[in-house]
Amino acid sequence: MEENKKVYGAGMRRGGGGGRGVRSFEKPKNLRGTIAKILKYLGKSKFLVAVIVICLLVSAISALAGSYFLKPLINNYIIPGDFKGLALALLFLGIIYLVGAIAAFLQSRFTVKMAQTTTNIIRRDLFDKMQSLELRYFDSHTHGELMSRFTNDVDNVQLMLDHSLTQLISSTLTLIGTVTMMIILSPILFIITAIVLVIMILISMKIASKSRYYFKNQQEILGELNGYIEESISGLKEIKVFNHEEHAKKAFNRINEKFRVTAANANFLAGIIMPIMGNLNNICYAATAVFGGILILMNRFDVGSLAAFLQYSRHIGQPINQITAQVNNIMAALAGAERIFEVMEQKPEVDNGNITLVNARRTPDGNLEECEERTGLWAWKHPKDNGELTHTELKGDVRFFDVYFEYEPGVPVLRDVSLYAKPGQKIAFVGSTGAGKTTITNLINRFYDVNEGKILYDGINIIDIKKADLRRSLAMVLQDTHLFTGTVIDNIRYGRLDATDEECINAAKIASADSFISRLPHGYHTVIRGDGGNLSQGERQLIAIARAAVASPPVMILDEATSSIDTHTERLIEKGMDALMAGRTVFVIAHRLSTVRNANAIIVIEHGQIIERGSHEELLALKGRYYQLCTGQIELE
Amino acid sequence: MIKRLFAYIGQYKKYVISCIFLMTFDVLCEMMMPFLMAKIVDVGIPQKDIAFIARVGGLMIVLALAAIGFGVLNMRFSANASQGFAANIRRALFDKVQSFSFSNIDYFSTASLVTRLTNDVTQIQIMLLMSLRILLRAPLMLITACFFAMSINLKLSSIILIAIPALVISIYFIIRSAEHLFSTMQQRLDSLNNTVRENLIAIRVVKAFVREGYEKLKFKKVNDAFTRAAINAGYLISLVMPVMLFILNFTTITVIWFGGKMVSTGTMGTGELIGFISYIMQILTSTMIFSMVFILYARAEASAQRIVEVLDAKVDIVDKPALPEGGIAPSVSSGKVEFKDVYFRYGNSANSNGFNNKKGKDVLSDITFNIESGEIVGIIGGTGSGKTSLISLIPRLYDVTSGQVLVDGTDVRDYNLKTLRKGIGIVLQSNVLFSGTIRENLLWGNENATQEEIEEAARNAQAHDFIMNFPDGYDTVLGQAGVNLSGGQKQRLCIARALIKKPHILILDDSTSAVDVATEAKIMESFNKNLKEATIIIISQRISSIKEADKIIVLDDGKISGIGKHEMLYESNIIYREIYDTQQGGLIL
Repeated sequence: MEENKKVYGAGMRRGGGGGRGVRSFEKPKNLRGTIAKILKYLGKSKFLVAVIVICLLVSAISALAGSYFLKPLINNYIIPGDFKGLALALLFLGIIYLVGAIAAFLQSRFTVKMAQTTTNIIRRDLFDKMQSLELRYFDSHTHGELMSRFTNDVDNVQLMLDHSLTQLISSTLTLIGTVTMMIILSPILFIITAIVLVIMILISMKIASKSRYYFKNQQEILGELNGYIEESISGLKEIKVFNHEEHAKKAFNRINEKFRVTAANANFLAGIIMPIMGNLNNICYAATAVFGGILILMNRFDVGSLAAFLQYSRHIGQPINQITAQVNNIMAALAGAERIFEVMEQKPEVDNGNITLVNARRTPDGNLEECEERTGLWAWKHPKDNGELTHTELKGDVRFFDVYFEYEPGVPVLRDVSLYAKPGQKIAFVGSTGAGKTTITNLINRFYDVNEGKILYDGINIIDIKKADLRRSLAMVLQDTHLFTGTVIDNIRYGRLDATDEECINAAKIASADSFISRLPHGYHTVIRGDGGNLSQGERQLIAIARAAVASPPVMILDEATSSIDTHTERLIEKGMDALMAGRTVFVIAHRLSTVRNANAIIVIEHGQIIERGSHEELLALKGRYYQLCTGQIELE
Repeated sequence: MIKRLFAYIGQYKKYVISCIFLMTFDVLCEMMMPFLMAKIVDVGIPQKDIAFIARVGGLMIVLALAAIGFGVLNMRFSANASQGFAANIRRALFDKVQSFSFSNIDYFSTASLVTRLTNDVTQIQIMLLMSLRILLRAPLMLITACFFAMSINLKLSSIILIAIPALVISIYFIIRSAEHLFSTMQQRLDSLNNTVRENLIAIRVVKAFVREGYEKLKFKKVNDAFTRAAINAGYLISLVMPVMLFILNFTTITVIWFGGKMVSTGTMGTGELIGFISYIMQILTSTMIFSMVFILYARAEASAQRIVEVLDAKVDIVDKPALPEGGIAPSVSSGKVEFKDVYFRYGNSANSNGFNNKKGKDVLSDITFNIESGEIVGIIGGTGSGKTSLISLIPRLYDVTSGQVLVDGTDVRDYNLKTLRKGIGIVLQSNVLFSGTIRENLLWGNENATQEEIEEAARNAQAHDFIMNFPDGYDTVLGQAGVNLSGGQKQRLCIARALIKKPHILILDDSTSAVDVATEAKIMESFNKNLKEATIIIISQRISSIKEADKIIVLDDGKISGIGKHEMLYESNIIYREIYDTQQGGLIL
């Protein structure tokens, strides 16, 4: 169901109308800081921005000049009948318009370039940052939330750069220009316009504040409606099995109806501003015509000036509407930008280790020597303070010393955990859900860092090992299998990018995945979509195991890796893996006895503490918790 | 497709009609303005008739006020019409989806259905809203402005004949060439979003395999590809405004030139010229907006198509139109189940799934067996052996491809679907609970169940104790804001929900996989004790869950490999013995 939410979230994105048709009323918390950060991004296209502003200026002036030209045209040429002069003047006007059109063209072209390159960089920075965040961040933020940084928020920023900002600038220029020209033409007539303008602004502010309330209301009910749709469609099979269709329809109708009424109100208030502003503009136009006429009669005005003035007054409402709309859009975009920057300012994973993992080979005298090619032998490379390098063989010896760990302060998940895994051993963790099994493995590869105690890996404290190298030395098959869009073989190759097709197929054979893969429509080249939704859970697990097998690392962690695979296939996999991992360390988490019974050591964990350790036979003889678990005498929950 | 949807306007049709009328009045009022203004300049001023000027001016203001009224009413009605329209479509969709069979659901996929009910409906709603507010205005404006322009000066109006085609043709060409640029952009956006989404979901995999650099590179590629496409599309679109401006302004210049001549020869008034220019502007802007209508409709068309697809989907599992002979509707009374030569494959219905590796291959073949009422039957087999498919045929979640499934001696296809499913309790693998309280969820099984009945079912499913451990007991709210249940608790609630139905046949599809062995044993015990009458069919990966069953069916690759009691199968069936041996009689937890 979580899955669907994500898809649905993405679907909303290009709804476009959903977000853009209806105004949103968001504001950034730190306006200045956010603007400063946006400006820094824009700084990369300084030149473009300068050209854009110049183009905006030219096209605004051209438009204003065009309207003003009506006055000399009528007064000096048309009324006196000077056609030669009129032709010349019109030619001049034509040039002004042409320049305006060219400026408009250049401006929008450059704006596209500027906006797209800027958002490209923002998106890339955001993605790169995301890759460096620690897992705790992903634990505390939903996928949908992070996804909407990339979709809605970046979209809004893009809209702002592409459209809102230029609109705002050109509208402001037009407004200033129009007012100036009006005052030049007739200060008296301008007073009339000014009065109407003030009324317009007051009304639009009033309506905006009211529709804000309705908009919020609408969004809330929309959330409820979409939530219900999502839930009842995700659970549609349950609804059918329980004959619950009529109930669902009834409940849906209730919410649907509620939404209809609220949304209609919100739409109404959002739209009401249009006819009011437009017609106030018309009233202004009418009043100007009347008073202009009277002024002409009093010989204090002329027909040409009136014509020009009317042109201006007819369009004065437009820039005002634009400015209010764009300020809203810009605020919403800045609020989005602020959320993006919040992610970018998260602290990345700590990685202070300087010990790295290298391929090694043995020199004739028995020492280790670094080499390029893959030898199946690895070494830890320590740079010492005095500049010397030493090499320690990677054996897969993992030891926990008094490890204490908590995800949330005050809620310990692991307490006083001390354990060891000797090279070549298979260690199984057993315990009820939430006992801390997965957490132990997550500490080994430093998805999380211990709060107290330490973990030694071949005698090295893991915090001294470079994270990437630490993780490269471990292959994990996780509880939830995730695959990427691409072919089956690409997904296997994810384990080791330079693996050949043959190596990938071999890995698939080890994982017993070969037989089902060959039955897919295009075999290994079948494209997997949507996180492998067209494969069964068991099949996905098989691919994930093949992915780990192709990596063929010194240490392997299998976290419920075979939970959806039948026991027969599991046994085949086990055989393959035993051969592959001979002499290497394997950690296994499972709740099937068949999966754990062959382990060298079984560790029983309860409430974050190790309570038993030993082989299957030893633990059975102990007649402790493991014995009870095996014989089904106790309930764990 | 959009036309087909218009039938759903239903009771809100009156608003649409009112909107068209209101818009007509509104446009007329607005279009009168330049005309009246021309009168002031050409009649009032030369004749120095202040009263006339004031009268005409007053009329203009009255018209403007009237237009506000029309406009505001239009906003109200258009909002009502579009939201009502959307609500009707949503409802029709929801009702249709509720009638879907499992194959229909598989075909559309949950995510796509959700998008159609939310996003696509919103698109259609916006389309109607915009149409009633802005877009339909454009043709009205165009017609009235043409009328006024011609009534001012017919000869000068002929300029429209050149200007409009020029405008329409240039817009047409830009839009046509933009289309495929935009679809490329959309595709690349999809793959961009997909990359982000996958990385979010699989962040642990990325980190575990140290693939951050690889993913960054992958993202850079899709990001750059998207940017290139977006810039290409943007460049083309940036032609639109300048071309418009160019045509608009050069029309104005032409009008002034010819009009100016007419004014000086006295065939036209100055005011008329000013008014005429206003109308020409109006005509051209309306033409522009009108062309935008097509873009919007093209977009809405795609959504409409997706909606109609759902509405038109053929539901493949429906009740028989007439009762079988005798006229008495059959109902489940004892719980006998019989499979006769059943073959089954997915996707053989009218809606076949595009990608389904199960398609075309028989999932079940040659299945014949009998279950007497009151028996407990276990079904076991490897991944993909057809266990779930088999039990899905009993409550007719899917129809057999050939052969027959009989419940109490009657073919399941002869039952009324509701009656059939009422008699069968089934716990699906997915274990979906709904937001609400535990009680509300349990009442799904039977809305009239008493507290005693609820508790009894919960006790039988071993759920009562943990429910009572929550502070709010049965009124504990589940879901995001409420308590989160463990996998085993969820499964036990689902079992309880099915038990409240008091079904004659109870089917558990791997429903105790997350429940520990001890608790599972207790559940089985209470089934044995308290559900003596009911036929119980259990699918399990664990042999311990079904070892005691009256009958065990071993499935292998869609065929029955053996039927019988544990001892007998252990002796005679290799597959069964192998599963048993690997499990050594148990699992941990």
